[in-house]
Amino acid sequence: MIPRPRPERFRLRRTMMFMNAQKPGLIKDAYIYGCDSIMLDLEDAVAENQKDSARFSLYHAMKTIDYGDTEVIVRINGLDTPHWQEDIRVCVACGADGIRIAKCESADDVRTVDSAVLHAEREFGVEEGRTLLMAALESPKGILNAYEICMASDRMFGVAISGGDLRKSLQTKFQTDGIDLVASRGLVVLAARAAGIQCFDTVYTDLDNDEGFMAELKQNKAMGFDGKSLINPKQIRPVHEIFAPTEKEIKQAEKIIKAYKEQSAAGIGVFTVDGKMIDIAFIPGAQRTLELAKACGLYDGGLV
Amino acid sequence: MTIDKTAVAGTLESSDSMVTVEPSDAGIQLELTSSVMNQYGRQIKAVVLDTLKRLDVTNARVSVIDQGALDCTIKARVECAVFRSCSKSETNIPWGGMIK
Repeated sequence: MIPRPRPERFRLRRTMMFMNAQKPGLIKDAYIYGCDSIMLDLEDAVAENQKDSARFSLYHAMKTIDYGDTEVIVRINGLDTPHWQEDIRVCVACGADGIRIAKCESADDVRTVDSAVLHAEREFGVEEGRTLLMAALESPKGILNAYEICMASDRMFGVAISGGDLRKSLQTKFQTDGIDLVASRGLVVLAARAAGIQCFDTVYTDLDNDEGFMAELKQNKAMGFDGKSLINPKQIRPVHEIFAPTEKEIKQAEKIIKAYKEQSAAGIGVFTVDGKMIDIAFIPGAQRTLELAKACGLYDGGLV
Repeated sequence: MTIDKTAVAGTLESSDSMVTVEPSDAGIQLELTSSVMNQYGRQIKAVVLDTLKRLDVTNARVSVIDQGALDCTIKARVECAVFRSCSKSETNIPWGGMIK
């Protein structure tokens, strides 16, 4: 049996790779790819008549395989199916780090899952509050309720856009410039930031279009997303590269924090670094850059 | 557990095992074929028999077609087939109890 440490609500989650929990060939060594999180799927990847089998497979994989620092999240079936309650029982019993609520539309959906998780934690003697939650927003209603969903439970660490169903409901299709989801993405980032949790963009399904993938990643980063859901290991490295701070950004952040420390000690609140005005409002951003750089292995200084 | 009806779990894909259980009244009869028979045949047989014992299955015809599955996968497939044979595979599974 492999005991997993208590999951961290806030950690680096640039890449979250989907994997069918029913396929032993996929999940037996999923930690080798180096993604931040893996998403073992009990939902759409698993055929309706194999839902039971996928749970047995998930349980023993979690109890036997050491996933190490790779976070393990499980996507459970929707609340409109007969499967989600048993999905939650097995997730909690096997010690999954977190649960992804599919097709989440309201704070009530989150609270329903939260209370079933608490019940399961008590049933299986798991520390109460250990199991984290995230929600996938896949409908216009889910997107519009993003803020209340983000705020619905202390277990919530993030929200993700799930583009397939969402595009259908919006009566649009994938567009290379992202205009199809621009409003949805904007709302989800706003809601997550207002609630102080993370946000993840939808999968990019055209595996042969590297250029299109890079363009979408750059847009994701520019919009403020923390990471992206992935469907193939070859997508991991580009995301880590794009989401890592550049050398220039790291140097700038270091300068800002150093200058801030000196100036504020001297009683000065606003000053310039390389000709740009800096005050306390820039500090959290600079700190975040250095923290991300440290997590990416690009910074080993002592400022964070 | 008593095997009520024939049930199957698993697939013939690489790293998986397909396990079939059938009712019987003559103890455990295990038929095993494996792509790694020479290297792991005895180990696979031991895992299957241990799992059946843990589930308190004393009478069953069991067929395992293994494609190089890890022990954890073999356990999962045997358990699922047995629970399916009793129509108990969908809810209230004793995770951490009989299943461990």
